[in-house]
Amino acid sequence: MVGPASPGLLGYWIVIALMMTGFYIVIAHDNLVKKIVGLNVFQVSVFLFYILMAKVTGGTAPILDEGIKLYSNPLPHVLILTAIVVGVATTALGLALVVRIRNAYDTIEDDEILAVEEEEDR
Amino acid sequence: MEPHLPILQVVVPLLCAPICVLLRDAKLSWLWATIVTWIAFFIALVLLGKVLASGLIIYELGSWPAPWGIEYRIDAANALVLVIITAIGAITLPYAKASVEKEVSEPRIYLFYLMYMLCLTGLIGITTTADAFNLFVFLEISSLSSYVLISLGGNRRALTASYRYLIMGTLGATFYIIGVGLMYMMTGSLNMADLATLLPAVDHTRTVLAAFAFVVVGLGLKLAMFPLHTWLPNAYAFAPSAVTVFLASTATKVAIYALLRLVFTVFGGTDLFIGTDISLMLIIVALVGMFAGAFVAIFQNDVKRMLAYSSVSQVGYMVLGIGMASAAGLTGGIVHLFNHAVMKGAAFMAVGAMFYVVGSVRLNDLAGIGKRMPVTTAVFLVAGLSLIGTPVTVGFISKWQLVQASLALGWWYVAAGILLSSLLAIVYVWRVVEVAYLKAPPEGAVGRSEAPLSMLVPMIVLAAATIWFGIDGDTTLRIAGEAANALMGPASGGKP
Repeated sequence: MVGPASPGLLGYWIVIALMMTGFYIVIAHDNLVKKIVGLNVFQVSVFLFYILMAKVTGGTAPILDEGIKLYSNPLPHVLILTAIVVGVATTALGLALVVRIRNAYDTIEDDEILAVEEEEDR
Repeated sequence: MEPHLPILQVVVPLLCAPICVLLRDAKLSWLWATIVTWIAFFIALVLLGKVLASGLIIYELGSWPAPWGIEYRIDAANALVLVIITAIGAITLPYAKASVEKEVSEPRIYLFYLMYMLCLTGLIGITTTADAFNLFVFLEISSLSSYVLISLGGNRRALTASYRYLIMGTLGATFYIIGVGLMYMMTGSLNMADLATLLPAVDHTRTVLAAFAFVVVGLGLKLAMFPLHTWLPNAYAFAPSAVTVFLASTATKVAIYALLRLVFTVFGGTDLFIGTDISLMLIIVALVGMFAGAFVAIFQNDVKRMLAYSSVSQVGYMVLGIGMASAAGLTGGIVHLFNHAVMKGAAFMAVGAMFYVVGSVRLNDLAGIGKRMPVTTAVFLVAGLSLIGTPVTVGFISKWQLVQASLALGWWYVAAGILLSSLLAIVYVWRVVEVAYLKAPPEGAVGRSEAPLSMLVPMIVLAAATIWFGIDGDTTLRIAGEAANALMGPASGGKP
């Protein structure tokens, strides 16, 4: 039986803890920058998830060399390289939007922005 | 050249987009974008023709055989979606010229067309690819560029709408790759056809079940499935008019296509979906969405936002078709995908033209618009009738197909739901018609002031298409039927 305390699954438990932390920050925080930070934590947990998945116990980096028979799976690493680029782009765009929002509304608190917008709707 | 059409479809707009930065001129980059998008449209038409004539097209990138390499697969389902997105993309550009000049500041216009082409690339890529991870990359290309497009709206609220869409969209896409990762864990493959053969062996592990849930929720966020739709209304309402036309007719459609592909092609061989609680759940979500969207639309004073909520309701019809999981229901969902793109495009174009002339699309400001802009209002009327589902318009064809499909399954309450939610559509369309035709124009309004011809012609074309495909429903129904067969049939599983 593999229980939650088993070291083999420890990585996955960390991934889930990070994932939920990030998700919680996105939902619960009103500060727009903190939301982006939460989003980052959430994405990084997925990166970790892919990297853990690729690890083969006793395997080494996928470099051809004499005497090495066992390699970790390189494909998820390559995939996650792409996802990291996407994550950087999203963060940059999100922060750029926050700058513009701050110029337009003079605040980066979501609840204050909502109050202004509800005023406009009326 | 011809065997390379599937990849050219993606590469042409992708590589042509950065040239806008070199052109740096509003008019030139518009012209460039128009030429490129029309080329993409013709490629899509040729592909559809080839698929209907000779069936599945498989293109291996760099000649690496699947499942190691990435492959593009074109069947009736994605050929149809390709034609929809490139056609809307091509018809929107002539319209966009005047509209964008008015709503986006001059130095940013070339960037607008750059993003427009990148967004088109992303949407085309999602549609053509047969690789689950590749789909994610294109999903992000189209999403990132559409956040930028939305934020270019004149109102400062475009910025917050774009920001919220960014948060929700990124969550959705990340959910999707979690799902893909879980599938990869169990099967060691990312190729959709390959997954379809490998998944049934492991379909009752909790990992695959979780993967399915993550994928459906992730794509549900992207396609604005009812409880996950909250980003949509403001994003559509505050984006520049041309962007609203483009995104409303394509972005959600492509996400629905991706859901169809994942649910039927990838998970088709497993018994996780068809006839299970998950398909029942989709039907409930679709029905609630149809009513909630239409109901909220009734109380909107901003016509753009009204149409945005109406989109939430219309997405419900398409999800309903997926949830039915029968060939007839799926045909209804796919034909509605096409029909809704045409009629929502026409409706948003008409509203965009009103915004161009009046400077606002709040109901109070549109009093008597039927006399000031008779052609535009007529286009809106046609699109509105189609949203309701009156005969002779495309809306009727798809609703009729959906009603028949639900009756064939013996679900009369679903059929009743389709009819009742159409009644709600009458109310919100009527609110605009009443203001447009029965109220006197405000003091000081110019007698006749239509939008420029470059905006009128595209919207008339779409309104004409609304009626044309409403009378001649056979063509679209036949293609949608083939698409449904391609998705549900055994061949779709990619089994050789």
